[in-house]
Amino acid sequence: MADLRCSIAGIDSINPFWLASAPPTDKYINVVRAFEAGWAGVVWKTLGEDPPVINVASRYGALYGSNRGVIGFNNIELISDRPLEVNLREIAQIRKEWPDRVIIGSMMAPVDERAWKDLAIRIAGAGVHGIELNLGCPHGMCERDMGSAIGQVPEMIEQTTRWVREAVDIPVFTKLTPNITDILWSAEAAKAGGADAISLINTVNSVISVDLDAMAPNPVVDGKGTHGGYCGAAVKPIALHMVAEIARSPETQGIDISAIGGIENWRDAAEFIALGANALQVCTAAMLYGFRIVDDMIDGLSSYMDSKGYKTIEDFRGLAIRNTVNWNDLNMNFDTKAVIDQEACIECGRCHIACEDAAHQAIKFDVSPEGKRTFTVIDQECVGCNLCAIICPVPNCIEMRPVETDLPYLTWPDHPKNPLGGSQ
Amino acid sequence: MTLHSRKDDCAAASAHQDATLFFDDLHKPLTDLMAVKEADHCLYCYDAPCIKACPTSIDIPTFIHQIRTGNVTGSARTILSENIMGGTCARACPTEVLCEQACVHNLAETKPVEIGLLQRYATDHLMAKGGPHPFQRAVETGRHLAVIGAGPAGLSFAHRAAMLGHRVSVYEARSKPGGLNEYGLAAYKMVNNFAAREVEFLLGIGGIDIMYDQPLGGVLTLNDMRLQHDAVFIGVGLGGVNDLGLEGEDKDGITDAIDFIEQVRQSDDPSRIKLGQHIIVIGGGNTAIDAAVQSKQLGAENVTLVYRRGESQMGATGFEVDLARRNGVKVVLWSKPVAVQGVQAVTALTFERTQLVDGRLTGTGDSYDIACDRVLKAIGQKFDGAGLLALDTSYGKLTVTDDYQTSVTGVFAGGDCIATGEDLTVQAVEDGKQAALFVDSWLQNN
Repeated sequence: MADLRCSIAGIDSINPFWLASAPPTDKYINVVRAFEAGWAGVVWKTLGEDPPVINVASRYGALYGSNRGVIGFNNIELISDRPLEVNLREIAQIRKEWPDRVIIGSMMAPVDERAWKDLAIRIAGAGVHGIELNLGCPHGMCERDMGSAIGQVPEMIEQTTRWVREAVDIPVFTKLTPNITDILWSAEAAKAGGADAISLINTVNSVISVDLDAMAPNPVVDGKGTHGGYCGAAVKPIALHMVAEIARSPETQGIDISAIGGIENWRDAAEFIALGANALQVCTAAMLYGFRIVDDMIDGLSSYMDSKGYKTIEDFRGLAIRNTVNWNDLNMNFDTKAVIDQEACIECGRCHIACEDAAHQAIKFDVSPEGKRTFTVIDQECVGCNLCAIICPVPNCIEMRPVETDLPYLTWPDHPKNPLGGSQ
Repeated sequence: MTLHSRKDDCAAASAHQDATLFFDDLHKPLTDLMAVKEADHCLYCYDAPCIKACPTSIDIPTFIHQIRTGNVTGSARTILSENIMGGTCARACPTEVLCEQACVHNLAETKPVEIGLLQRYATDHLMAKGGPHPFQRAVETGRHLAVIGAGPAGLSFAHRAAMLGHRVSVYEARSKPGGLNEYGLAAYKMVNNFAAREVEFLLGIGGIDIMYDQPLGGVLTLNDMRLQHDAVFIGVGLGGVNDLGLEGEDKDGITDAIDFIEQVRQSDDPSRIKLGQHIIVIGGGNTAIDAAVQSKQLGAENVTLVYRRGESQMGATGFEVDLARRNGVKVVLWSKPVAVQGVQAVTALTFERTQLVDGRLTGTGDSYDIACDRVLKAIGQKFDGAGLLALDTSYGKLTVTDDYQTSVTGVFAGGDCIATGEDLTVQAVEDGKQAALFVDSWLQNN
C-alpha cells in the first residue's frame, strides 16, 4: 500500500486531499463531516473584516455534459458571510478535536497594511496551520478592490504576501487568479513577497449560460445576472497548464504548489502531482457528489502508485515536468497514423465524417453489397491528428500508431524549412 | 396491461370514443428525463444504418440529436417530414426488425437505442403542443386528385399531394378514417384514440376532404373518378380474408381475427364483448398476436395460438410472440387445422402435426383435438378487387410500375394492395409519399 502522506510549506498532511476555500469549508459542521469522510485538510472559507458580507440568491450555475453530468460550474457567492469571531471560535475547536488534520485560514482585506496584518494575526491566533491569501475571487469582491483586483497586479500580490509574511510566523500560501495574461508574473511576485507556497487556480471569470426566457445571465437574480467564477472539470486543463508553467520556469521552479482546478478523481490528482503539485485542493467535485468521493481518490491514487511501484508521492511528483516543453522543442520528424481495429469497429461512421468534414479526408468509407460498412485509414492522407481516435465511441478501437523511422530528433528552430534560419 | 376505464383521462377525445380508452399502453411513453437519457445513448452515426432500415428513411440521428438539444418540436418535424404517420409508426412498427435492429449498438453488444419510443416522444410532444400544422402547402396548382381509401397509404398520399399544392378528395368506404390504424391494430398499441387524433392532425395541412361511406362499386366507379380528377390514387389495402378451406368453417363461433380486432377497437365497452372462454387463434402474424393477447386481456380462460410452422418462421416478431406468452397465451407450433367439430357451433378443432420434409410442409398423420368455443382466423388477408377489375394484377394484387402507376394511365396505387406491399404501416406510408411525388411530376407533363 503506497504511502500518501505529503508535506507542503512545511505542513505535514496524512494525504494530499484538502478541501478548497468555498461553501464546503464554511463552518464547523461541514468541516467535521469532511474530516470524518477522510479529507486531510481544509482551507476555511475566506474570512474578511467585520461586518461580514451579505450574499444574494441564487448563486450557482452549471454547464452540463451528457446525461446531465455537470462538467463546469460557476458561482457568484462572496466570502464568508458569518462574523469573524464565530468562524475563529469554530476553527479553534476543530483544531483541538482533529489534531492530525490541517486547517488553513483563507483571508482577504482591502489594500491596507494594517488591515492585512491585523486580520492575519487574528486568524493565526485561532490555531490554523497556515494562512492563504485569496487574491483570486473574480466576482463581487473584486468590485470592492479585493480578490482578483489585487491578484491581477503583480506588485500588489508581492505587497500583500509580504505584509502577511511579516505579520505571522506560520506558512503563507498565496492563491493566484487565472484571469491574467501570464501566470508566471503572478507566481514570481508571490515568491518575491515571501510566499511559502502558491495555491492555484482560483476560478475563471465566466458567464455560465444565458437564460433565454429571462434574457439574463445565469444565475438570474431578480431578472439580472453577473459574471461569476468558473470551476469544475472543465477548468482542469487551464489549471494543469498554469501549474506546469510554474513548475518548469527557472524563476519559480521548486516553490511548493497547492494545485486546484477541476480535480474530481484520483487520476486528476495524479496528473497534478506529476506536474509538480505538492498537495491538492478540491471543491466542485465535493459540492456535486459529497465528501465521500475522497474514498476513491485515496484508494485509486494508492492503487495507481502500487501498480507503478511508487512508494511515496515524492517518487513520482514532478516526473512529467521534464517532458513539458515549448512547441519549438517538439520533434518534427515524429509521425503517427490512425489504425482502426476492424474487429472492434461498430460501423458508426463518426471517424469518417469528422475526418472528411474537419480534417484531412483520410478515412475511406466502403459499403459491401451485404451492407457491412468498413472504414479504412488512408495512410498517405493521415496527419496523425488524433481527431478520429478522440471521437470514436469505442475505447481503444482507433489506435494512433507511431511510424517507425530512422530520422533524427528535429525541432522547428533546426528545421531546414524554417525561413528564420535554423542551424543547418 | 390491464383493462380499465380511461374515459376520465381523455375527455378531449370523447368525440371518437373507442376501445383504445380502456387499454393500457403496451409501451409506457418516455418521460422528459428518460427521453434525454435515451437520446444521449445515440451515437449520432454518419449515414446511419437505422435510416436505411426505415422504409420511410426518417433521419433518425438528427431527430434524436434534436431531442438531446431540447428542440423537440424540430425533432418531430424531422420525423414527420418523411413520415406523416410517424406517431402510429412509433407505436406499431416492428422496430426490433427495422431501425433498432440496424442500430450500431447491436454490434457493440450494448442495448440499441429505443428509436420507436423516442419517435413517439417527439411526435406526441408536437401533437400535444397543438398550434399550426408544421408543414405549409405550396401554391395551389388547380389540380384535383382522388384517393380511394383513407388508410395509411391513402392519407400519406393525400398529405404529400396537398403539401405540393394539389386539392385532394379522399373516398373512404367506412365511416371513420385511418384504415388498419383505426380498425386493425390492437387497442393497446393505439391507446387514447390515437388513430383518430393523428388523422385530425394530418388533415391540418388543409386541401384534403374525406367523404365517408363511399365504397367503390354502385354509384362510385373508378372510371368516373378518373374522369372527374386529374389523377387517382388507390390505397384500399386488403379487404378480403383467407379461409382455412375446411368443411364446417361456417359454424357459429368461427370468425376472422381482423373482424374481432375491429369489434374490440370500435366497442364503447369491450368488456361486454361476447367472446367465449376457450379461444383458438390460427396464424403466426402480428394480427394473430393482437387477437390472442386481446382475447386474454378481455378475460378468456384459455387462449391457444396455433401456427403450422416453427417460431422462427412466424411473421410476428420475437417481441410479439413473447408478449403473447407473457399475457398467458399458449403458443402451439407445427400443427395445422384439419377438421371442425360441433353441430351448429364449433366445439373443437382437430389439428394434424406438421413437419418439414425436403423443405415442404407436410402432415405427419398424427392428429389431436383442442376444445374451443371460439376460433379466430388470422391466416392472412387478400386483395379484394371489387370495383377495380379494370386494373392488371399479379400475385393477386395490383400491378404497379416503379413509379406506382397501374395499368391504367393516371391511376396510381400503393400500400398493402400492390404486389410489392409488405403488410407494414410504415411501408404503406412510404408508398403514399413516393406515389404523391411521382404523381406530382407526372402532372407537370400531363
